[in-house]
Amino acid sequence: MQKFPCPFCGPRADREFRYGGDAGKLRPPRDCTDAEWARYRYQRANGKGVTHELWLHADGCGRWIEIERDTMTHEVFATRSLVP
Amino acid sequence: MKDAAHKRHYSAWSLFREGLRGQRGWTPAWRDRDPESAYDVVIIGGGGHGLATAYYLAKQHGVKRVALLEKGWIGGGNTGRNTTIIRSNYFYPQSAALYDLSVSLYEGLTRELNYNIMFSQRGLIEIAHTDAELEMMARAANAMRINGIPIELLSRERTLALAPLLDASPHTRWPVRGALQQRRAGTARHDAVAWGYARAADALGVHIIQNCEVTGFEMAAGRLGAVNTSRGTIRAERFGMAVAGNSSALAKLAGFELPIQSYTLQAMVSEPVKPCLDTIVLSSANGVYVSQSDKGELVLGGNLDRCPSYMQRGSFRVTQSVIASLVEMFPAFATLKLMRQWGGVVDTTPDNSPIIGPSPVPGLFLNCGWGTGGFKAIPAGGTLFAHVLATGQHHPLSAPFDLSRFESGEVIDEAHAGVVH
Amino acid sequence: MSGPQRIDSSGAYGSGIDRAQRIDFSFDGEPMSGFAGDTVAAALLANGVRLVGRSFKYHRPRGIFTAGGEEPNAIVDLRHAQRHDPNARATLEPLQHGMTIRSTHARGTAQRDTFSFVDRFARFIPAGFYYKTFMWPRFRLYEGMIRALAGIGRVDASSRAPGSRQQFLNVDRCVIGGGPAGIAAALAAARAGKKVLLVDDHAQLGGSLRWRSARIDDLEGIGWSAARERDLRAAGVHIMTQTTAVGLYDHNAVVLLEKGLPPTKCANGECLWQVRAQDIVLASGAIERPLLFENNDKPGVMLADAVLRYLRIYAVRCGERVVVATSNDSAYGVAHELTAAGAQCVVVDMRGHSDLAATARAAGIDVRLGDSIDSALGRTQVEGARLKSGATLAADLIAVSGGWTPLIHLYCHARGKPRWDDRIAALVPGSDVPGLQVVGSAKGADTADDTPSASWGGAPDLWAASARRRVWVDLQHDVTTKDIELAVRENFASVEHLKRYTTLGMATDQGKTSNVNGLAILAAQTGRGIDAVGVTTFRPPFVPVSMATIAAKSLGELQSPVRRLAAENVHREEGAHFREYGDLLRPAWYGLDASAIARECGHARNGVAVFDASSLGKIEVIGPQAAALLDFIFYARMSTLAPGRLRYGLALAESGAIFDDGVVLRLAPEHFVVSCSSGHVAAMVAHLEEWRQDRFDLAHVFIHDASAHWATIAVSGPQSKHVVASLDAGAPLDDEQLPHMAARIGTFAGRPARIARVSFTGERCYEIAVPARLAADLWRKARAAGAEPIGVEALGVLRAEKGYIFVGQDTDSETMPHDIGVNGPRDKRRDAFVGDRSLFTPFASRTGRRQLVGIAASGNQPIPVGAHPVEQANDKLRSIGYVTSSCWSPALGRPVALGLVEDGRNRLGEELQFEYLGTRYSGTLVESCFLDPTGARLHA
Repeated sequence: MQKFPCPFCGPRADREFRYGGDAGKLRPPRDCTDAEWARYRYQRANGKGVTHELWLHADGCGRWIEIERDTMTHEVFATRSLVP
Repeated sequence: MKDAAHKRHYSAWSLFREGLRGQRGWTPAWRDRDPESAYDVVIIGGGGHGLATAYYLAKQHGVKRVALLEKGWIGGGNTGRNTTIIRSNYFYPQSAALYDLSVSLYEGLTRELNYNIMFSQRGLIEIAHTDAELEMMARAANAMRINGIPIELLSRERTLALAPLLDASPHTRWPVRGALQQRRAGTARHDAVAWGYARAADALGVHIIQNCEVTGFEMAAGRLGAVNTSRGTIRAERFGMAVAGNSSALAKLAGFELPIQSYTLQAMVSEPVKPCLDTIVLSSANGVYVSQSDKGELVLGGNLDRCPSYMQRGSFRVTQSVIASLVEMFPAFATLKLMRQWGGVVDTTPDNSPIIGPSPVPGLFLNCGWGTGGFKAIPAGGTLFAHVLATGQHHPLSAPFDLSRFESGEVIDEAHAGVVH
Repeated sequence: MSGPQRIDSSGAYGSGIDRAQRIDFSFDGEPMSGFAGDTVAAALLANGVRLVGRSFKYHRPRGIFTAGGEEPNAIVDLRHAQRHDPNARATLEPLQHGMTIRSTHARGTAQRDTFSFVDRFARFIPAGFYYKTFMWPRFRLYEGMIRALAGIGRVDASSRAPGSRQQFLNVDRCVIGGGPAGIAAALAAARAGKKVLLVDDHAQLGGSLRWRSARIDDLEGIGWSAARERDLRAAGVHIMTQTTAVGLYDHNAVVLLEKGLPPTKCANGECLWQVRAQDIVLASGAIERPLLFENNDKPGVMLADAVLRYLRIYAVRCGERVVVATSNDSAYGVAHELTAAGAQCVVVDMRGHSDLAATARAAGIDVRLGDSIDSALGRTQVEGARLKSGATLAADLIAVSGGWTPLIHLYCHARGKPRWDDRIAALVPGSDVPGLQVVGSAKGADTADDTPSASWGGAPDLWAASARRRVWVDLQHDVTTKDIELAVRENFASVEHLKRYTTLGMATDQGKTSNVNGLAILAAQTGRGIDAVGVTTFRPPFVPVSMATIAAKSLGELQSPVRRLAAENVHREEGAHFREYGDLLRPAWYGLDASAIARECGHARNGVAVFDASSLGKIEVIGPQAAALLDFIFYARMSTLAPGRLRYGLALAESGAIFDDGVVLRLAPEHFVVSCSSGHVAAMVAHLEEWRQDRFDLAHVFIHDASAHWATIAVSGPQSKHVVASLDAGAPLDDEQLPHMAARIGTFAGRPARIARVSFTGERCYEIAVPARLAADLWRKARAAGAEPIGVEALGVLRAEKGYIFVGQDTDSETMPHDIGVNGPRDKRRDAFVGDRSLFTPFASRTGRRQLVGIAASGNQPIPVGAHPVEQANDKLRSIGYVTSSCWSPALGRPVALGLVEDGRNRLGEELQFEYLGTRYSGTLVESCFLDPTGARLHA
């Protein structure tokens, strides 16, 4: 029932989107340690409060976007395209 | 005047006696303690796992000075919000051993705690809707049987006989092709599990401290030395964290991250009706699970709300989807009404298996990541976590669930082994 | 004393009913009648019915208590036409012709309940007693009895709910509550040009004005409401009556339950609305609170405001000799109206003084100030009341008013934090909620300067609660004040523990008439102020909502719809037996039964067969960076593929496990077509898109899912070339121009066609792709040329004989390419691809990993799919893998199987034991390809 303002499509119902993990994770190179690879694959910020998340507007423009929101109040602060 | 720790024994006889005396002789189920400055072990989190751990620390390991810190009221988190299902039909041997230990402990728990947790072993059936699902189910059923868990594969006829209100007509969206059954599975009164452990732990001298929130961690000589709380600073030799959906938030205070994502898991109840469903029914195809409580309410749940949230509510759309699947499988239930809907914050891991063992901070230990399956594991989680906290070492059953499994890649992938939570 | 009855019309009574329309119904088998506009409860009262049910635990007689959704007692079994509601709230149900009403939760009827004896043992079964007993020898022995005693209504196999509907609406302002405050908020927004929705759960607007005498703007309540309704419509406000707001959700979403729809619109009479509003105004009013005294649960005790409502709206006078017990001014109006309707009233006001006492006395009403009810008297219904002062009054109705409780449930749904207001002894909105305003009596104020008048009432009077034993707080769950005392004694002293231990507030009425009294008693028992006790959360739905209504249209095929082949009708004509594979409906075989499968395999191996492969994905990847994207996605590099050629590839997940497999066709340097497993296309497209957007220039590579645009017909077998030639596709078919794993462009019926040589059967095989609407034509032409149809099951056998895997069936979530013998890229590639690093973790590199092998059963019976090879280790049985595919091979005349077995590739030739549900099979591990390992048949 949430409403997310897609930067490309405008405000749309949450049923059109899919959650995709933490924003800002960099994929380590092949020669990284097991620990670094595990951190990339498994570690989550899981913030209680303001978070930066990746969401896919699956039933809309099909673009991955970043949503800055609050996981305790569901307030949406900002949404941005991942491509500048 | 009896010692405040003394518990009036619960029985039909004591109930009768107190009935004659206007209930005046009952004592507090547990005492509200004021925190002291130091303990042997401090457990953070007063849910089922925390309370069970405290009890077993005192009971099985004779640890004298145990404090359990709960930021609100005990059992107020997922322990008070789940759909009360207890089962052990898991794929991998490490999981089977863990959850089956839990079922065994649940079987004896009412007697051990002298508290009726109302464990009703009415069995569970997981429905296969297609031949392909039945084949996958056979793979799982054999895995479980080899792991020592009695499981049967049922025919369509037998399945319909166990749950006569299932839609047997040819045009249903969810045809009944057969099912996997665990007869030993069942339900229990979730609040009673928390209260029963609390009462027993209190009787053994555990300090249960409610309205006490951990706000920070203090290191001492490279180890965790004390926690700062809303009711003062408390030191201990070892600290155990059993805070489910709040695990990442607490870990952040202690300076590390976890492979945990907190989502909302919804649960809902219908108005109470006379008995009409005598077993637990699950469908992994649509994710719905339903049972009927002893009060007559249908208790149901479904898939996660896949949106990070600490709100304990969930979206109406998911509520609708769960109910739509339910009434498609059981058309008669469409005449019932939804009475109440709520949610819990579940700490899911990438492999849907829990995390038990040391944290990256020496002296701080973890019992979390139970995701949507924590309630059924309370006695096992408590026993194993108590072992870890008492000895500083893993129990053979908890070792596979150590946090380090993510680095080695040795995950226990119950997420994809066809097991539904 | 006559009890409740309908009284004659004289204009003042019955504004909601139409006496010209009689409606017949029955209650517990007895025929009765009412009028159009009645609720079931009003009709029952009009017929003198006092007992409508028995209480949950003690089986005490219960009567109608209120006139609205907060009703705790009048829960009845209702049948009408197609509809069966086992737990209908009589106060909300509109009476309809032919309704069959039954009392519930009694063994027998409400009047004669064989379980009424239970009440005598009440002292032994207080709150939570079941935690203390039913333990020995085990709980299950008692459970059957407990379950049989619980529950209210009954549902059985014949219970059916007719379908419902759902609608969506976006508005600027949604006003919940059509009383004066709500009407004002709606008008204000509408006149400012906003799109406004106003909802009210009654049949008409006006709220309590419809039954309370009040003059506003020189009009009586009902007239004022009618005038305002005209104004609202003139201003363009969308009005919905008989509509309850059941929940408030994120970002100002409201869920509404609209009732009373005619059967032509909707079979179950209900419609679910999902509304999004810019702002919400909550004008939901307040409900009356009961008083606490002994036997306050007796039939004949009712809320005073409800008594007034029954009188004014339904012309039902609930009693002839009435004790009006109150803590506030609002009940005096009830006494006046009852007196005017011919009843004899005594007002018992617990306050020492009231401004309204003198007027009441002047009207012939006996007013006792500074007094309250000690206990209600009577056997199964009210016959009198004993007062605290010692006086006894005869009565057939006790109308109680203990104050008012603002309805702030929806405010709490929206995460508002209520605060305790001592002036009115109620919870009122505390914190601000953005986008939500609470107005009117829902705010706890009813005067211009936002202070409460003397109509509200102060803190609950707890004298009787402490002095008497049987004082009810929660009527539906049979929770008394002694239960709360017990809970506190046992330290269930926080609000949530109290609620869960005693079950106070957890019934279907959600404690609407019990929460505040419960809090007051808890506070008194624990020596705190009520504001210190805290509040329980209110959860949606505000009133129970039928499951059928919530499910709305998402039933049958609309719930997870199947996808279909373009040529489905042709396959049906051919006699195909269909099965669901994933969410796809496909022909399993052609013919009457599964014996067709072996026949179909024979055609494919020895003659020529045709197969509808349209469900395979055809994902186009286009652009200068297309090759680079595919190199990143696939385990084998695709950038080295020559135009016009195809390559089989595995796509991995980041875990290193095989995500999907497929064949990539390069049409041109910057144009590829990726096929992938049927049923996994959407996931593969999403996978491609995710990495495209993460790592590549969006202007240099595009993904176009053309799967639905193309149909693919596969022609397989030694005679396949001849059939393909007869299609006249205009492409060269000789092996030199079209070798295996190559493709040419041709035409079919004037449209572009692609002909590729690629095989999933191990025979010479051509896949012809044409625009989807030509699928049937192509199929028919191939059939006319002699090709025999084969289905998915036959294909499963053919590919199993060749050891070709189905990803997700022959691989699991851990299977990596080197587990199925594909090692090259892992050993040789240095550039990045999805899953690359995961192939080298300790887990990926260790010994004993499950590997793909073939399994040759020892006997003539196929080993069942899902059987596990086992080994014995110190007395314990251990699984070392599982059989993933297994069937009878017509080509070889013996069973073939594939499986994942620990260290399988190093154990070829070993005979193992396989365990399946208690039966043992034996089989030998062999190479996974059982037929034509050199692949010569591809070129035959």
